[in-house]
Amino acid sequence: MVSELTGGERRLAVMISALVAACGLLMAWGGYGDPLSIHGLIVLLAGLAALYAVLGGYFAPEPDEKRLAFYYDTPIKAGIVLAMIWGVFGMTVGDWVAWLLAYPEMTFDAAWSSFGRLRPVHTTGVIFGFGGNALIATSFHVMQRTSRARMPDQLSPWFVLLGYNLFCVLAVSGYFMGVTQSKEYAEPEWYADIWLVIVWVAYFVLYLRTLARRKEPHIYVANWYYMAFILVVAMLHIVNNLAVPISWGSAKSYSLFSGVQDAMTQWWYGHNAVAFYLTAGFLGMLYYYLPKRAERPIYSYRMSIIGFWGITFFYMWAGSHHLHYTALPQWVQTLGMTFSLMLLIPSWIAAANALLTLNGAWDRVRDDATLRFMMLAAVFYGLSTFEGSFMAIRPVNALSHYTDWTVAHVHAGVLGWDALITFGAFYALVPWLWKQERMYSPKLVEVHFWLALAGTLIYVFAMWNSGIIQGLMWRTYTESGTLAYSFTDSMIAMHPYYIARAIGGLVFLSGTLVGAYNIWMTIRQAGATRDAPERELPLPAPAPASLQPAE
Amino acid sequence: MLGTHYKLERKSIRLALGIIVVASIGGLVEIAPLFTVHGTVEAAPDMRTYTPLELAGRNIYIREGCYACHSQMIRTLQDEVERYGPYSLAAESQYDHPMLWGSKRTGPDLARVGGKYSDHWQVAHLTNPRDVVPVSVMPAYAWLNRNKLRTDDLGKHLAAQRTVGVPYTDAMIANAEKDAIGQASPDGNDADGVRERYGDATNIRTFDGNPEVVTEMDALVAYLQILGKLTDAAHKPHTGMEAR
Repeated sequence: MVSELTGGERRLAVMISALVAACGLLMAWGGYGDPLSIHGLIVLLAGLAALYAVLGGYFAPEPDEKRLAFYYDTPIKAGIVLAMIWGVFGMTVGDWVAWLLAYPEMTFDAAWSSFGRLRPVHTTGVIFGFGGNALIATSFHVMQRTSRARMPDQLSPWFVLLGYNLFCVLAVSGYFMGVTQSKEYAEPEWYADIWLVIVWVAYFVLYLRTLARRKEPHIYVANWYYMAFILVVAMLHIVNNLAVPISWGSAKSYSLFSGVQDAMTQWWYGHNAVAFYLTAGFLGMLYYYLPKRAERPIYSYRMSIIGFWGITFFYMWAGSHHLHYTALPQWVQTLGMTFSLMLLIPSWIAAANALLTLNGAWDRVRDDATLRFMMLAAVFYGLSTFEGSFMAIRPVNALSHYTDWTVAHVHAGVLGWDALITFGAFYALVPWLWKQERMYSPKLVEVHFWLALAGTLIYVFAMWNSGIIQGLMWRTYTESGTLAYSFTDSMIAMHPYYIARAIGGLVFLSGTLVGAYNIWMTIRQAGATRDAPERELPLPAPAPASLQPAE
Repeated sequence: MLGTHYKLERKSIRLALGIIVVASIGGLVEIAPLFTVHGTVEAAPDMRTYTPLELAGRNIYIREGCYACHSQMIRTLQDEVERYGPYSLAAESQYDHPMLWGSKRTGPDLARVGGKYSDHWQVAHLTNPRDVVPVSVMPAYAWLNRNKLRTDDLGKHLAAQRTVGVPYTDAMIANAEKDAIGQASPDGNDADGVRERYGDATNIRTFDGNPEVVTEMDALVAYLQILGKLTDAAHKPHTGMEAR
């Protein structure tokens, strides 16, 4: 990778690495006796490792000008590998904590291994580690292909990708040590948050610079979604993480907001992290890889526009449906519910646009497991957005809130939609990037598909059952007008479902392991046939016809 | 409309600005008024702040991720009020930076758990939940008994809390460490200072039953025992001053 950087970029890389290492040293020294110092050491090591890598290749010959006629794909490859590593890690931890809820004794009398600390390791590992790397990698691919332009430089994609992974490492290692802000999906402390802002600004600038080089007058719809993902996540992240550290030498900070304002800000963030991280970003993926793989143009340009702006506008109002019947003023709850219901329209328009694109290609869906991953993802997207709007209705929420139904809903979304579209995109992308005709084993793609589907269904049905039983038991009255069940009664009723859920998770995880093996073997196979430069394709001149809207 | 969009999607900066504007509206309309509309947070003149020991316990609650399984928000639903007590008011979490309303009840709500069980029960339950609740799936926190509580930086904690709006006085900040130890040492010299600064109703006890050393268990139990007890507002008949 260093040999692909120009001389100027190598100098800049040395400076950035040294700066990161210096920051790490400062944190380690200033935070002596605090978890901050351990994070300082991690940052220091990351900076030194980068410095070592860059200096090791510093005097290698510079890349020649011919590179500019090609797309820059090495960071995309790295991103895919990182996403799969995080995916296996995050899902393993997830299944582990699922077993902990059935068999709580497995914590070794150690702080780091308790459910409360491991749960954010799981959520951050899969959402930010797996999902985030997948989004960054695919966005680098999509923005170049749809612009028919190479990225403007070789350094900034590496800065974004590796910087982002440093953030993920700081986040996850922090939870093991008990460093957390307690805001769900925004747990990392102030210094990690600041670092993410820096990385994110570089990401957006890189996106704009690539778009500025495009040879295509229009910005393709996938890019609108990726841009909304980057911009709105920045907005949410900055506002929700406003906090005052107790000192510069401490990892601990206190949120600027309190009570009801903090709750509203948190769920404005939390729900829109779902909207713009787990939906908009992955819709960007869907809008490129599904039509490409199906070799069909997107069904409707009009539906793309309505879907995109509808999602961008309506989602931001919906967060307060997480706070029905709480101390949040009722007018905000009502607004949240109303917009959650309206949100179904653009959501289903986006899902329908994807599924209708498959008209004329359904035989491929039958034969090609990769395309079937994407099709099923669109179906799960449609189903879970329907469920989400349904659960936002106040009386429904009275039953579902605080129960496992929420967990079922989230996993129908993240397993059925986000993970499946990611695997579909990866199975399309890996052979393209590594210049192979197909994946190492198409049969294993098929195996993965059925494991992923079975795992998702087992998981979601178990949690639907347990959630609804829980909700009903909590509100059941006896004939004499007293509550029929104690809380522990409801816990006994949950036990079999918690086991079923853990099995469902295990099935899904084994599918991911199959996928990781298949991707790894494809890469190895490509390594064996690397000496075939004529297969490297230059930037194409004609517009990619399959991506033009139909209208 | 399509014609306008056909032009818009040719300019990346304009598209980006469009996204920012469209995405900002919802949050501005729903969040900004919560800071300005009078009555969003009810008046609670008797409300006191957390003592340094309780704040330290709250930080342990956050550190261990207790909020992932326990809510602190009783909804305005009859079965919840009967199971957990009067529904939660916004005023009760007005000093909670961040709030810990939670989103999931793998275990029961804790908004009014203060005083519901004895210190002894809380310690036994945290040490090994299955000793007192055989079907519990909560992790055991026995090591909280062994960890000495860090108190030297509590002054900084209180000062940062004051920066974000919690009314801690200079005396409270200056005596934070002393008060934390004093609250868990009823026979010591520092207990009176805690009473003076935080009120006579403050729990001053050896929460973990071990007077030798102030542990993390002391802090966490002190926090759990104050939940729902910082103000009586929720127990009083409401007179239309509330926002709901």
